[in-house]
Amino acid sequence: MSLRRIDCGFIPLVDSAPLVIARELGFATEEGIELALHKEPSWSSLRDKLVMGRLDAAHLLAPVPLAMSMGLGGMPAPLDALSILSINGTVIGVSPALAQKMRDAGLEADLTDANAVGKALISQAQLPLTVGVPFPFSMHAELLYYWLGALGLQAPQQLNVRTVPPPLMADAIAAGEIDAFCVGEPWGSLAAQRGVAELVLPGCAIWRFAPEKVLSVRRGWAEREVEATAALMRSVWRAAKWLVDPSHQMAAAEIVASEPYLNIAPEAVERTLGQSVVVDRSGLVRTVPGLIEFFDCAATFPWRSQAAWIAVRLATRLGADRGDALSVARTCFRADLYRDHMKGLGAALPSASEKLEGGLSERIAVAAVQGEMHLGPDRFFDGNVFDPTV
Amino acid sequence: MIVDGLREAGDFELSVIGDVTGLARQVAAFNPDLVLVDLENPSRDILEGLAHASTPMERPVAIFVDRSDDELTKSAIEAGVSAYVVAGLQKDRIKPVIDAAIARFQMFSRIRKELDATKAALAERKLIDRAKGLVMSARGLSEEEAYALLRKTAMDQGKKMSEVAEALVTAADLLK
Repeated sequence: MSLRRIDCGFIPLVDSAPLVIARELGFATEEGIELALHKEPSWSSLRDKLVMGRLDAAHLLAPVPLAMSMGLGGMPAPLDALSILSINGTVIGVSPALAQKMRDAGLEADLTDANAVGKALISQAQLPLTVGVPFPFSMHAELLYYWLGALGLQAPQQLNVRTVPPPLMADAIAAGEIDAFCVGEPWGSLAAQRGVAELVLPGCAIWRFAPEKVLSVRRGWAEREVEATAALMRSVWRAAKWLVDPSHQMAAAEIVASEPYLNIAPEAVERTLGQSVVVDRSGLVRTVPGLIEFFDCAATFPWRSQAAWIAVRLATRLGADRGDALSVARTCFRADLYRDHMKGLGAALPSASEKLEGGLSERIAVAAVQGEMHLGPDRFFDGNVFDPTV
Repeated sequence: MIVDGLREAGDFELSVIGDVTGLARQVAAFNPDLVLVDLENPSRDILEGLAHASTPMERPVAIFVDRSDDELTKSAIEAGVSAYVVAGLQKDRIKPVIDAAIARFQMFSRIRKELDATKAALAERKLIDRAKGLVMSARGLSEEEAYALLRKTAMDQGKKMSEVAEALVTAADLLK
């Protein structure tokens, strides 16, 4: 029997791991699909190929399907997010000179205190502060605007957010084109190792449980391709479950780092999977709890409240209508499909598809319609709680 | 080649950016009406960023694919080219440029593929030649015998001849 082929695009980042593992360890085949993975050179190319039907599915930055469904950006088109591929995984670095000034001003770098780091950054940087992010619509950009905005920095007057592809981030900060960056690992650690940047904060210190990448398809595809959609979602979920077993870390790193995928040293991937970063040129390694999550605490569930947070931030920042943004958020993150297709897999299914975002300091058990369900800490650094119903 | 093709399409001022460091600055300095970019170029997201970052003070830039002409957009993407156009630019003014770019990109990517394939074949042949030489001197075989042995080994192991040759050459280098 020939398998149904699904063409899925990805960008070579550690958080493409669930897709790579789904293919390489046969989870996709077991679910009855041939998962053909296509490495794409840029987010815009990946997006265009998905919209134009050259690809069936894509590894996308969580805000991209929302922005596109809201009619924003270069190629607006309605997209669905089927599930979350990864939580967190970004790091913020500054130039060594700026890091030194922040230290001289009394900052004790411990990678946890977003308040202290943000205040030191604002007071010591030359304004406007220029920060590199991988794409205009990205959690990197949203976290930066949220964090520095809450600390009083005005965008765009005092904050210049520029797009720089992750592999070029180290060069850009070395050349003085940007003062700081927010980028997905391993690119931050690699820049730190080169001595052109020092890491000052992980993204998870701004929002402890931020949806980072999603598995996305064109609107309508999931309805036309019911079996394929179910198989794709299930195989990626099983891959994520396999991926987070600590005994699989080394093997996972080897596979993800190999030539058809990231094509980098496996040590860099293994370090990220082990929740660690390289902070500076001395090679100092620090462990960051929650640096990147793939599975635990319902990480793969596409919460409508996460979508609402992102959509409201986009609408506020870009002057779109908040009500429209919220209605897009309700339809874009497909919690309904997740419930339909994950039955019988043992996936935890929460009793609601929305929750307060930012309300938890600790891991807790919550009501579930299927499976045992825990939610993890998800605080915002400023203690705000986002209620999608208000 | 692409530049020549575009010149033939009409009277335009052309500037080619080869070095992508400071791409944003270079684009701003030239202040173009239209930016064409290879879809496979990893720096494309920088242009995407510029298109969104334009403030009212600057000239607004829109991605060419404004969806008003899906066919043109689709053929551009198939050909591997993407274009960013200043908003308000006349459609009939850009269409010939895009058409020329599409045609040239198609030709260019065909030539590139041919070149890559030729290069790979050449590299494989060189590797097999080296391995053959190693077998000849180590086992005292003739050229035909050495080649036959490599081919048989590859078949027995279910590998490509170039893979067996590569393993042998690597091992020989290590043992030097």
